[in-house]
Amino acid sequence: MKILEISNLSKSFGELEVLKDISLTVEKGQVVSIIGPSGSGKSTLLRCATMLEKADSGVISYEGSVMIKDGVYSDKAAIKEIKKKFGLVFQNFNLFPHMSILRNVTEAPIQVLGVEKSKAEKEGMELLEKMGLADKAKAYPCQLSGGQQQRVSIARALAMHPDVLFFDEPTSALDPELTGEILKVIKELAKDKMTMVIVTHEMIFAREVSDYVIFMNGGVIVEQGEAEQVINSPKTERLKAFLSKFTA
Amino acid sequence: MPELFGATVLIRLNKGNSMNFLVITAQQLPGIFKQLGAGMVTTVEIFILTLVLSLPLGLVIAFGRMSKNPVLKAVTKIYISIMRGTPLMLQLLVVYFGPNLIFGLTISSNYRFPATIIAFVVNYAAYFAEIYRGGIESMEKGQYEAAQILGFSRTKTFVRIIFPQMFKRVLPSITNEAITLVKDTSLAFAISVTEMFTIAQRIASAKSSMIPYAAAALFYYIFNYVVAFAMERIEKKFDYYKS
Repeated sequence: MKILEISNLSKSFGELEVLKDISLTVEKGQVVSIIGPSGSGKSTLLRCATMLEKADSGVISYEGSVMIKDGVYSDKAAIKEIKKKFGLVFQNFNLFPHMSILRNVTEAPIQVLGVEKSKAEKEGMELLEKMGLADKAKAYPCQLSGGQQQRVSIARALAMHPDVLFFDEPTSALDPELTGEILKVIKELAKDKMTMVIVTHEMIFAREVSDYVIFMNGGVIVEQGEAEQVINSPKTERLKAFLSKFTA
Repeated sequence: MPELFGATVLIRLNKGNSMNFLVITAQQLPGIFKQLGAGMVTTVEIFILTLVLSLPLGLVIAFGRMSKNPVLKAVTKIYISIMRGTPLMLQLLVVYFGPNLIFGLTISSNYRFPATIIAFVVNYAAYFAEIYRGGIESMEKGQYEAAQILGFSRTKTFVRIIFPQMFKRVLPSITNEAITLVKDTSLAFAISVTEMFTIAQRIASAKSSMIPYAAAALFYYIFNYVVAFAMERIEKKFDYYKS
Protein backbone atom coordinates (compact mmCIF):
# COMPACT_ATOMS: atom_id res chain seq x y z
CA MET A 1 0.00 0.00 0.00
CA LYS A 2 1.23 3.48 -0.85
CA ILE A 3 1.53 5.63 2.27
CA LEU A 4 2.89 8.72 0.57
CA GLU A 5 2.82 9.71 -3.03
CA ILE A 6 4.48 12.82 -4.37
CA SER A 7 4.48 13.75 -8.02
CA ASN A 8 5.87 16.68 -9.96
CA LEU A 9 6.35 18.72 -6.82
CA SER A 10 7.94 22.16 -7.23
CA LYS A 11 8.78 24.86 -4.76
CA SER A 12 10.55 28.20 -5.10
CA PHE A 13 11.69 30.77 -2.60
CA GLY A 14 11.37 33.91 -4.69
CA GLU A 15 13.64 33.42 -7.69
CA LEU A 16 15.34 30.38 -6.22
CA GLU A 17 13.91 27.05 -7.35
CA VAL A 18 14.47 24.74 -4.39
CA LEU A 19 12.49 21.75 -5.60
CA LYS A 20 12.09 20.90 -9.27
CA ASP A 21 9.60 18.30 -10.40
CA ILE A 22 10.07 15.86 -7.52
CA SER A 23 8.27 12.51 -7.68
CA LEU A 24 8.51 9.66 -5.20
CA THR A 25 6.41 7.07 -3.41
CA VAL A 26 6.75 5.52 0.02
CA GLU A 27 5.22 2.10 0.59
CA LYS A 28 3.86 0.90 3.92
CA GLY A 29 6.64 -0.42 6.15
CA GLN A 30 9.34 1.03 3.94
CA VAL A 31 12.30 2.99 5.30
CA VAL A 32 13.40 5.65 2.83
CA SER A 33 16.52 7.75 3.31
CA ILE A 34 17.06 11.02 1.53
CA ILE A 35 20.69 11.99 1.13
CA GLY A 36 22.46 14.84 -0.59
CA PRO A 37 24.63 17.89 0.01
CA SER A 38 23.40 20.93 1.96
CA GLY A 39 21.11 23.10 -0.09
CA SER A 40 20.03 20.18 -2.25
CA GLY A 41 16.40 20.66 -1.17
CA LYS A 42 16.00 17.55 0.97
CA SER A 43 14.86 19.40 4.09
CA THR A 44 12.51 21.56 2.01
CA LEU A 45 11.05 18.39 0.53
CA LEU A 46 10.34 17.11 4.04
CA ARG A 47 8.90 20.46 5.08
CA CYS A 48 6.59 20.49 2.05
CA ALA A 49 5.47 16.94 2.77
CA THR A 50 4.63 17.94 6.35
CA MET A 51 3.05 21.27 5.40
CA LEU A 52 5.61 23.40 7.21
CA GLU A 53 6.20 24.90 3.78
CA LYS A 54 3.65 25.38 1.03
CA ALA A 55 4.46 23.76 -2.26
CA ASP A 56 3.87 25.71 -5.46
CA SER A 57 2.70 22.92 -7.70
CA GLY A 58 2.44 19.16 -7.97
CA VAL A 59 0.61 16.50 -6.00
CA ILE A 60 1.08 15.19 -2.48
CA SER A 61 -1.25 12.52 -1.16
CA TYR A 62 -1.29 10.28 1.88
CA GLU A 63 -2.97 6.88 1.53
CA GLY A 64 -4.95 8.23 -1.39
CA SER A 65 -6.13 11.36 0.44
CA VAL A 66 -5.04 14.41 -1.52
CA MET A 67 -3.24 17.12 0.43
CA ILE A 68 -2.32 19.25 -2.57
CA LYS A 69 -3.13 18.74 -6.22
CA ASP A 70 -1.79 20.98 -8.99
CA GLY A 71 -0.83 23.59 -6.43
CA VAL A 72 -4.26 23.68 -4.75
CA TYR A 73 -4.55 22.52 -1.15
CA SER A 74 -7.55 20.53 0.04
CA ASP A 75 -10.02 22.08 2.47
CA LYS A 76 -9.29 22.49 6.17
CA ALA A 77 -11.21 19.42 7.30
CA ALA A 78 -9.40 17.16 4.85
CA ILE A 79 -6.01 18.63 5.78
CA LYS A 80 -6.76 18.09 9.46
CA GLU A 81 -7.35 14.38 8.83
CA ILE A 82 -4.25 14.06 6.63
CA LYS A 83 -2.08 15.70 9.29
CA LYS A 84 -2.91 12.85 11.66
CA LYS A 85 -1.21 10.44 9.28
CA PHE A 86 2.33 11.77 9.68
CA GLY A 87 4.74 12.78 12.40
CA LEU A 88 8.02 14.67 12.27
CA VAL A 89 11.17 14.50 14.37
CA PHE A 90 13.09 17.77 14.17
CA GLN A 91 16.81 18.31 14.04
CA ASN A 92 16.59 20.57 17.11
CA PHE A 93 14.04 18.38 18.95
CA ASN A 94 11.72 21.35 19.64
CA LEU A 95 10.46 19.87 22.87
CA PHE A 96 8.20 22.04 25.00
CA PRO A 97 10.63 23.28 27.68
CA HIS A 98 7.94 24.20 30.22
CA MET A 99 6.41 20.72 30.25
CA SER A 100 7.70 17.60 31.95
CA ILE A 101 9.00 14.79 29.72
CA LEU A 102 5.80 12.79 30.22
CA ARG A 103 3.63 15.80 29.45
CA ASN A 104 5.62 16.49 26.30
CA VAL A 105 4.52 13.04 25.16
CA THR A 106 0.91 13.16 26.40
CA GLU A 107 -0.04 16.77 25.64
CA ALA A 108 -0.93 16.27 21.97
CA PRO A 109 -2.87 12.99 22.42
CA ILE A 110 -4.92 14.65 25.20
CA GLN A 111 -5.38 18.09 23.60
CA VAL A 112 -5.59 17.14 19.95
CA LEU A 113 -6.99 13.60 19.86
CA GLY A 114 -9.04 13.89 23.05
CA VAL A 115 -7.49 10.81 24.65
CA GLU A 116 -8.28 10.42 28.34
CA LYS A 117 -5.46 11.64 30.57
CA SER A 118 -4.90 8.35 32.43
CA LYS A 119 -4.86 6.41 29.17
CA ALA A 120 -2.48 8.89 27.52
CA GLU A 121 -0.14 8.74 30.50
CA LYS A 122 -0.12 4.95 30.56
CA GLU A 123 0.76 4.87 26.89
CA GLY A 124 3.23 7.71 27.30
CA MET A 125 5.05 5.76 30.00
CA GLU A 126 5.19 2.71 27.75
CA LEU A 127 6.75 4.81 24.98
CA LEU A 128 9.28 6.34 27.38
CA GLU A 129 10.06 2.84 28.63
CA LYS A 130 10.73 1.79 25.05
CA MET A 131 13.09 4.78 24.66
CA GLY A 132 14.84 3.88 27.91
CA LEU A 133 13.67 7.08 29.57
CA ALA A 134 10.97 5.94 32.00
CA ASP A 135 13.01 7.29 34.93
CA LYS A 136 13.03 10.75 33.33
CA ALA A 137 9.23 11.08 33.08
CA LYS A 138 9.06 13.83 35.69
CA ALA A 139 12.20 15.67 34.54
CA TYR A 140 12.21 18.69 32.23
CA PRO A 141 13.87 18.86 28.79
CA CYS A 142 16.64 21.18 30.06
CA GLN A 143 17.77 18.43 32.44
CA LEU A 144 18.33 15.91 29.62
CA SER A 145 21.20 15.35 27.20
CA GLY A 146 20.66 16.04 23.51
CA GLY A 147 20.34 12.35 22.75
CA GLN A 148 17.76 11.90 25.50
CA GLN A 149 15.82 14.92 24.28
CA GLN A 150 15.75 13.53 20.77
CA ARG A 151 14.45 10.20 22.09
CA VAL A 152 11.68 12.08 23.91
CA SER A 153 10.78 13.86 20.69
CA ILE A 154 10.56 10.49 18.93
CA ALA A 155 8.27 9.24 21.71
CA ARG A 156 6.20 12.42 21.37
CA ALA A 157 5.78 11.79 17.64
CA LEU A 158 4.94 8.10 18.15
CA ALA A 159 2.27 8.95 20.74
CA MET A 160 0.16 10.32 17.89
CA HIS A 161 0.30 6.95 16.07
CA PRO A 162 1.42 8.31 12.72
CA ASP A 163 1.33 6.07 9.66
CA VAL A 164 4.60 7.55 8.52
CA LEU A 165 7.31 9.23 10.56
CA PHE A 166 9.64 11.83 9.03
CA PHE A 167 13.08 12.58 10.47
CA ASP A 168 14.82 15.82 9.54
CA GLU A 169 18.52 15.18 10.18
CA PRO A 170 17.77 13.68 13.60
CA THR A 171 21.40 13.40 14.66
CA SER A 172 22.86 16.61 13.19
CA ALA A 173 22.45 18.64 16.40
CA LEU A 174 24.01 15.91 18.55
CA ASP A 175 27.54 15.26 19.73
CA PRO A 176 29.03 12.40 17.69
CA GLU A 177 28.99 10.04 20.67
CA LEU A 178 25.26 10.58 21.11
CA THR A 179 24.20 9.83 17.52
CA GLY A 180 24.42 6.08 18.16
CA GLU A 181 21.54 6.01 20.62
CA ILE A 182 19.23 7.73 18.13
CA LEU A 183 20.25 5.50 15.24
CA LYS A 184 19.61 2.49 17.47
CA VAL A 185 16.08 3.69 18.23
CA ILE A 186 15.38 4.22 14.52
CA LYS A 187 16.67 0.73 13.74
CA GLU A 188 14.32 -0.72 16.33
CA LEU A 189 11.42 1.19 14.81
CA ALA A 190 12.40 -0.21 11.41
CA LYS A 191 12.29 -3.71 12.90
CA ASP A 192 8.71 -2.96 14.06
CA LYS A 193 7.89 -2.12 10.44
CA MET A 194 7.39 1.58 11.08
CA THR A 195 7.19 3.52 7.82
CA MET A 196 9.91 6.18 7.92
CA VAL A 197 11.41 8.86 5.71
CA ILE A 198 14.79 10.03 6.97
CA VAL A 199 16.85 12.97 5.81
CA THR A 200 20.35 12.09 6.97
CA HIS A 201 24.06 12.61 6.55
CA GLU A 202 24.86 9.22 8.11
CA MET A 203 25.66 7.17 4.99
CA ILE A 204 26.55 3.92 6.74
CA PHE A 205 23.37 4.15 8.75
CA ALA A 206 21.30 4.98 5.65
CA ARG A 207 22.61 1.89 3.89
CA GLU A 208 22.07 -0.29 6.92
CA VAL A 209 18.58 0.77 7.95
CA SER A 210 16.84 1.85 4.78
CA ASP A 211 15.19 -0.13 2.02
CA TYR A 212 15.32 2.71 -0.43
CA VAL A 213 17.66 5.67 -0.88
CA ILE A 214 17.00 8.92 -2.72
CA PHE A 215 19.92 11.14 -3.68
CA MET A 216 19.07 14.79 -4.22
CA ASN A 217 21.15 17.57 -5.66
CA GLY A 218 20.20 21.06 -6.80
CA GLY A 219 16.50 20.51 -6.14
CA VAL A 220 16.14 17.36 -8.23
CA ILE A 221 16.27 13.65 -7.51
CA VAL A 222 19.50 12.59 -9.21
CA GLU A 223 19.39 8.92 -8.34
CA GLN A 224 17.16 6.56 -6.40
CA GLY A 225 16.84 2.86 -5.77
CA GLU A 226 17.54 0.01 -3.37
CA ALA A 227 19.75 1.24 -0.54
CA GLU A 228 22.63 -1.21 -1.08
CA GLN A 229 22.69 -0.60 -4.78
CA VAL A 230 22.54 3.20 -4.64
CA ILE A 231 25.22 3.58 -1.97
CA ASN A 232 27.51 0.69 -2.98
CA SER A 233 27.39 1.15 -6.73
CA PRO A 234 26.28 4.68 -7.64
CA LYS A 235 25.52 5.24 -11.31
CA THR A 236 25.93 9.00 -11.61
CA GLU A 237 29.18 10.91 -11.29
CA ARG A 238 27.51 13.38 -8.95
CA LEU A 239 26.56 10.69 -6.43
CA LYS A 240 29.99 9.05 -6.73
CA ALA A 241 31.63 12.39 -5.90
CA PHE A 242 29.26 12.94 -3.00
CA LEU A 243 29.79 9.49 -1.51
CA SER A 244 33.56 9.67 -1.88
CA LYS A 245 33.58 12.46 0.72
CA PHE A 246 32.14 10.05 3.27
CA THR A 247 34.25 6.99 2.60
CA ALA A 248 37.46 9.02 2.42
CA MET B 1 16.53 94.55 45.80
CA PRO B 2 16.80 90.87 45.19
CA GLU B 3 19.38 90.17 47.88
CA LEU B 4 17.34 91.64 50.64
CA PHE B 5 14.23 89.85 49.40
CA GLY B 6 16.09 86.56 49.37
CA ALA B 7 17.31 87.07 52.89
CA THR B 8 13.87 87.75 54.27
CA VAL B 9 12.48 84.62 52.69
CA LEU B 10 15.29 82.58 54.13
CA ILE B 11 14.69 83.85 57.63
CA ARG B 12 10.96 83.25 57.38
CA LEU B 13 11.45 79.75 56.09
CA ASN B 14 13.87 78.92 58.85
CA LYS B 15 11.64 80.21 61.54
CA GLY B 16 8.40 78.77 60.32
CA ASN B 17 9.69 75.41 59.24
CA SER B 18 11.77 74.39 62.20
CA MET B 19 8.93 75.22 64.56
CA ASN B 20 6.30 73.24 62.68
CA PHE B 21 8.69 70.43 62.12
CA LEU B 22 9.06 69.85 65.84
CA VAL B 23 5.38 70.32 66.59
CA ILE B 24 4.33 67.76 64.03
CA THR B 25 6.86 65.13 65.05
CA ALA B 26 5.88 65.30 68.65
CA GLN B 27 2.13 65.36 68.54
CA GLN B 28 0.63 64.57 65.19
CA LEU B 29 2.66 61.78 63.66
CA PRO B 30 0.23 58.98 64.52
CA GLY B 31 -2.56 61.12 63.08
CA ILE B 32 -0.70 61.65 59.83
CA PHE B 33 -0.01 57.96 59.46
CA LYS B 34 -3.64 57.21 60.09
CA GLN B 35 -4.82 59.70 57.47
CA LEU B 36 -2.26 58.49 54.92
CA GLY B 37 -3.21 54.91 55.76
CA ALA B 38 -6.82 55.71 54.87
CA GLY B 39 -5.64 57.20 51.56
CA MET B 40 -3.52 54.11 51.00
CA VAL B 41 -6.70 52.06 50.54
CA THR B 42 -7.53 54.11 47.44
CA THR B 43 -3.92 53.93 46.24
CA VAL B 44 -3.96 50.13 46.49
CA GLU B 45 -7.34 50.03 44.77
CA ILE B 46 -6.00 52.04 41.83
CA PHE B 47 -2.94 49.76 41.68
CA ILE B 48 -4.85 46.46 41.76
CA LEU B 49 -7.69 47.51 39.44
CA THR B 50 -5.22 48.90 36.91
CA LEU B 51 -3.17 45.70 36.88
CA VAL B 52 -6.17 43.35 36.82
CA LEU B 53 -7.71 45.19 33.87
CA SER B 54 -4.65 46.30 31.88
CA LEU B 55 -2.77 42.99 31.91
CA PRO B 56 -5.47 41.15 29.89
CA LEU B 57 -6.31 44.24 27.81
CA GLY B 58 -2.63 44.51 26.89
CA LEU B 59 -2.76 41.00 25.48
CA VAL B 60 -5.76 41.88 23.29
CA ILE B 61 -3.94 44.98 22.03
CA ALA B 62 -0.79 42.93 21.39
CA PHE B 63 -2.86 40.59 19.18
CA GLY B 64 -4.16 43.61 17.28
CA ARG B 65 -0.64 44.94 16.91
CA MET B 66 0.57 41.60 15.50
CA SER B 67 -2.54 41.05 13.40
CA LYS B 68 -2.31 40.48 9.66
CA ASN B 69 -5.27 42.83 9.23
CA PRO B 70 -3.65 46.13 8.16
CA VAL B 71 -6.42 48.33 9.61
CA LEU B 72 -6.32 46.65 13.02
CA LYS B 73 -2.55 46.76 12.99
CA ALA B 74 -2.44 50.48 12.14
CA VAL B 75 -5.10 51.42 14.70
CA THR B 76 -3.35 49.60 17.56
CA LYS B 77 0.00 51.00 16.49
CA ILE B 78 -1.31 54.57 16.62
CA TYR B 79 -3.04 53.87 19.93
CA ILE B 80 0.18 52.58 21.50
CA SER B 81 2.13 55.47 20.05
CA ILE B 82 -0.20 58.06 21.59
CA MET B 83 -0.39 56.32 24.96
CA ARG B 84 3.37 56.08 25.21
CA GLY B 85 4.08 59.43 23.61
CA THR B 86 2.00 61.69 25.88
CA PRO B 87 2.11 62.15 29.67
CA LEU B 88 -0.14 59.98 31.80
CA MET B 89 -1.16 63.06 33.77
CA LEU B 90 -2.39 64.75 30.61
CA GLN B 91 -4.32 61.60 29.65
CA LEU B 92 -5.84 61.58 33.11
CA LEU B 93 -7.02 65.17 32.74
CA VAL B 94 -8.46 64.44 29.30
CA VAL B 95 -10.40 61.42 30.58
CA TYR B 96 -11.72 63.36 33.58
CA PHE B 97 -12.48 66.76 32.04
CA GLY B 98 -13.00 65.61 28.43
CA PRO B 99 -16.69 64.65 28.83
CA ASN B 100 -17.40 68.17 30.04
CA LEU B 101 -15.05 70.18 27.85
CA ILE B 102 -15.75 68.26 24.66
CA PHE B 103 -19.38 67.13 25.02
CA GLY B 104 -20.65 69.57 27.63
CA LEU B 105 -21.67 66.80 30.02
CA THR B 106 -21.84 67.58 33.72
CA ILE B 107 -19.27 65.54 35.62
CA SER B 108 -19.71 64.70 39.26
CA SER B 109 -16.91 64.13 41.73
CA ASN B 110 -18.00 60.47 41.72
CA TYR B 111 -16.42 60.26 38.28
CA ARG B 112 -12.94 60.98 39.65
CA PHE B 113 -12.10 57.43 40.64
CA PRO B 114 -13.51 55.74 37.49
CA ALA B 115 -11.71 58.35 35.37
CA THR B 116 -8.45 57.47 37.10
CA ILE B 117 -8.95 53.77 36.46
CA ILE B 118 -9.87 54.33 32.81
CA ALA B 119 -6.82 56.54 32.17
CA PHE B 120 -4.45 54.19 33.98
CA VAL B 121 -5.80 51.04 32.34
CA VAL B 122 -5.66 52.35 28.76
CA ASN B 123 -2.18 53.75 29.38
CA TYR B 124 -0.69 50.69 31.05
CA ALA B 125 -2.34 48.31 28.58
CA ALA B 126 -0.33 49.98 25.81
CA TYR B 127 2.92 49.30 27.64
CA PHE B 128 1.92 45.73 28.47
CA ALA B 129 0.95 45.16 24.83
CA GLU B 130 4.47 46.00 23.71
CA ILE B 131 5.98 43.83 26.43
CA TYR B 132 3.82 40.88 25.37
CA ARG B 133 4.65 41.46 21.71
CA GLY B 134 8.35 41.36 22.53
CA GLY B 135 7.82 38.12 24.47
CA ILE B 136 5.75 36.47 21.77
CA GLU B 137 8.15 37.46 19.00
CA SER B 138 11.08 36.08 20.98
CA MET B 139 9.57 32.58 20.87
CA GLU B 140 11.47 30.10 18.71
CA LYS B 141 9.84 29.19 15.42
CA GLY B 142 10.40 25.53 16.29
CA GLN B 143 7.83 25.71 19.08
CA TYR B 144 5.14 26.73 16.59
CA GLU B 145 6.28 24.11 14.10
CA ALA B 146 6.27 21.31 16.69
CA ALA B 147 2.75 22.35 17.74
CA GLN B 148 1.63 22.50 14.12
CA ILE B 149 2.97 19.03 13.32
CA LEU B 150 1.25 17.59 16.40
CA GLY B 151 -2.03 19.09 15.22
CA PHE B 152 -2.57 21.79 17.86
CA SER B 153 -5.09 24.43 16.83
CA ARG B 154 -3.87 28.04 16.78
CA THR B 155 -5.68 28.80 20.01
CA LYS B 156 -4.31 25.75 21.80
CA THR B 157 -0.82 26.47 20.52
CA PHE B 158 -0.99 29.90 22.10
CA VAL B 159 -2.69 28.95 25.34
CA ARG B 160 -0.73 25.79 26.12
CA ILE B 161 2.65 26.32 24.49
CA ILE B 162 3.42 29.94 23.67
CA PHE B 163 1.73 31.89 26.48
CA PRO B 164 3.25 30.01 29.46
CA GLN B 165 6.76 30.42 28.04
CA MET B 166 6.17 34.01 26.98
CA PHE B 167 4.85 34.89 30.44
CA LYS B 168 8.05 33.70 32.09
CA ARG B 169 10.12 35.78 29.71
CA VAL B 170 8.17 39.01 30.27
CA LEU B 171 7.88 38.75 34.06
CA PRO B 172 10.90 41.00 34.79
CA SER B 173 9.44 43.69 32.50
CA ILE B 174 6.02 43.33 34.15
CA THR B 175 7.69 43.80 37.55
CA ASN B 176 9.21 47.02 36.28
CA GLU B 177 5.86 48.33 35.14
CA ALA B 178 4.15 47.31 38.39
CA ILE B 179 6.72 49.25 40.39
CA THR B 180 6.30 52.30 38.18
CA LEU B 181 2.54 51.96 38.58
CA VAL B 182 2.80 52.15 42.39
CA LYS B 183 4.46 55.53 42.05
CA ASP B 184 2.20 56.67 39.19
CA THR B 185 -0.88 56.28 41.40
CA SER B 186 0.18 59.62 42.92
CA LEU B 187 -0.78 61.31 39.63
CA ALA B 188 -4.41 60.87 40.63
CA PHE B 189 -3.88 63.89 42.86
CA ALA B 190 -4.14 65.98 39.66
CA ILE B 191 -7.91 65.40 39.67
CA SER B 192 -8.18 65.41 43.47
CA VAL B 193 -8.81 61.70 43.98
CA THR B 194 -8.33 61.21 47.71
CA GLU B 195 -5.54 58.70 47.42
CA MET B 196 -2.56 58.72 49.74
CA PHE B 197 -0.46 61.33 47.98
CA THR B 198 -3.32 63.80 47.64
CA ILE B 199 -3.86 63.57 51.41
CA ALA B 200 -0.14 63.95 52.11
CA GLN B 201 -0.06 67.03 49.94
CA ARG B 202 -3.05 68.55 51.74
CA ILE B 203 -1.61 67.99 55.19
CA ALA B 204 1.78 69.26 54.08
CA SER B 205 0.39 72.55 52.83
CA ALA B 206 -1.96 72.96 55.80
CA LYS B 207 0.84 72.43 58.31
CA SER B 208 3.71 73.80 56.15
CA SER B 209 5.68 70.67 56.90
CA MET B 210 7.86 68.17 55.05
CA ILE B 211 6.84 65.34 57.37
CA PRO B 212 3.75 64.23 55.41
CA TYR B 213 5.89 63.95 52.27
CA ALA B 214 8.47 61.90 54.14
CA ALA B 215 5.71 59.66 55.45
CA ALA B 216 4.28 59.32 51.92
CA ALA B 217 7.73 58.36 50.60
CA LEU B 218 7.95 55.68 53.28
CA PHE B 219 4.50 54.35 52.34
CA TYR B 220 5.45 54.13 48.65
CA TYR B 221 8.72 52.48 49.46
CA ILE B 222 7.10 49.82 51.63
CA PHE B 223 4.39 49.22 49.01
CA ASN B 224 7.00 48.74 46.32
CA TYR B 225 9.06 46.52 48.56
CA VAL B 226 6.04 44.23 48.91
CA VAL B 227 5.37 44.34 45.14
CA ALA B 228 8.99 43.50 44.31
CA PHE B 229 8.97 40.68 46.85
CA ALA B 230 5.75 39.21 45.45
CA MET B 231 7.02 39.40 41.87
CA GLU B 232 10.27 37.73 42.87
CA ARG B 233 8.27 34.87 44.36
CA ILE B 234 6.30 34.51 41.12
CA GLU B 235 9.51 34.56 39.06
CA LYS B 236 10.97 31.85 41.29
CA LYS B 237 7.92 29.70 40.63
CA PHE B 238 8.87 29.67 36.96
CA ASP B 239 12.45 28.68 37.70
CA TYR B 240 11.71 24.98 37.35
CA TYR B 241 12.72 25.01 33.70
CA LYS B 242 15.03 26.79 31.30
CA SER B 243 14.27 27.30 27.66
